[in-house]
Amino acid sequence: MAAEHADSGFNIFPMDQFVIRPLFGNHGMTWYTPTNQALWMGIAIVAVVLLLVIGTRGRALVPSRTQSIAEVFYGFTYKMIEDINGKAGLKYFPVIMTLFTFVVFANILGLLPYSFTVTSQAAVTVFLALAVFLSVTIIGLVKNGPGFLKVFWISSAPLPLRPILAIIEVISYFVRPVSHSIRLMGNMMAGHAVIMVFAGFAGALGIFAVFPVVAIMAVYGLEVIVAFIQAYVFAILTVIYMNDALHPGGH
Amino acid sequence: MASEQLMAGAGQIGEHAEGMPQLDFANYPNQWFWLVVTLLVLYVVISRIALPRIASVLAERQGAIARDIEQAETLKRQAVEAEEAYKKALADARAEAGRIVAEAKADIQKELDIATEAAEAEIAAKSNESELRIAEIRKGALDSIEAVARDTAGEIVKAIMPVAADQKAIDAAVTAKLKG
Repeated sequence: MAAEHADSGFNIFPMDQFVIRPLFGNHGMTWYTPTNQALWMGIAIVAVVLLLVIGTRGRALVPSRTQSIAEVFYGFTYKMIEDINGKAGLKYFPVIMTLFTFVVFANILGLLPYSFTVTSQAAVTVFLALAVFLSVTIIGLVKNGPGFLKVFWISSAPLPLRPILAIIEVISYFVRPVSHSIRLMGNMMAGHAVIMVFAGFAGALGIFAVFPVVAIMAVYGLEVIVAFIQAYVFAILTVIYMNDALHPGGH
Repeated sequence: MASEQLMAGAGQIGEHAEGMPQLDFANYPNQWFWLVVTLLVLYVVISRIALPRIASVLAERQGAIARDIEQAETLKRQAVEAEEAYKKALADARAEAGRIVAEAKADIQKELDIATEAAEAEIAAKSNESELRIAEIRKGALDSIEAVARDTAGEIVKAIMPVAADQKAIDAAVTAKLKG
């Protein structure tokens, strides 16, 4: 297969960047083998610690640059939860903050050359989305009991429409983890793959490589924006789903 | 089946990926393990260290700002009070000055009135005296005129008609003439 690619003159392997490999050695993986993915998750932890812990160690009244950024992260997430969930949602602030910072840093670090994009892996995003889905469902049922089913019964709609809407609501409720996870993974995967395709063109075009290089720069800029937006979308959707658990029927 | 997938996953190492490597379910347990580890570490760091610290910094800043604003308001209030006190003092001083001026004016007026009165009395006394003297002089002049007229008339009569020189008749005629 590899020979086939080489014959065509292009060395385009856009999906190679998503392969998970053991960090050490070249043999099979067990469930605890340190991989390139584990490395970049670790780097994400280091980045978060650098920003939120080391960056704020001055506890300055007039913040330094890194402390300002940490405070922006804090204030942004705090306000998002407060706006959507009210005070009741602030109990889950550390969880949402963990999710948000993890996704942001995984997205951004994935844009470094030769890095590995943790959030481009279905395993990761599906795990996160399922965790959110199950948490919301369990918290909703524990907090509200059968009242949680009001999520599917839209009391603001006309009565004859409500059973139909209930079916739609149930379907959309259970599709949530799918869309929640595929959205993030797809966005992270697509742009990176496109960049690699252009990079493959660049290798084969000689002097005309300037065109794919310019295109890569443009796509890269777009990807930086996407990295932030998708992290934000993931976090805000989590908060919105959480709202169902906290205030069912509050559509 | 699981072992077959594991083999397939292992077989890809070193080769170029075909299709979507993300769907290589063999390494999902590995990914989930490291993901859970990562999330737990992040959660502990964020909930135990980062968030309380940032929250305390923000609260402290909020407090400092509130304190500063309060202090500024106190100072502003004090400035307003000082201005009012100054204005009041100014108004008092003005009133006092007005009072002193009025008093001085009244004193001067009184003294002036007394002096004017005295001067008027003196003038009146002097003018009375003068009138008396004028009347005296006038009377004296009238008497002299009568005497001269009598003497003159007697002399004239004596010179013209010495026979008829009866001084008493002449005097009566002169008096009657003067009165007429």
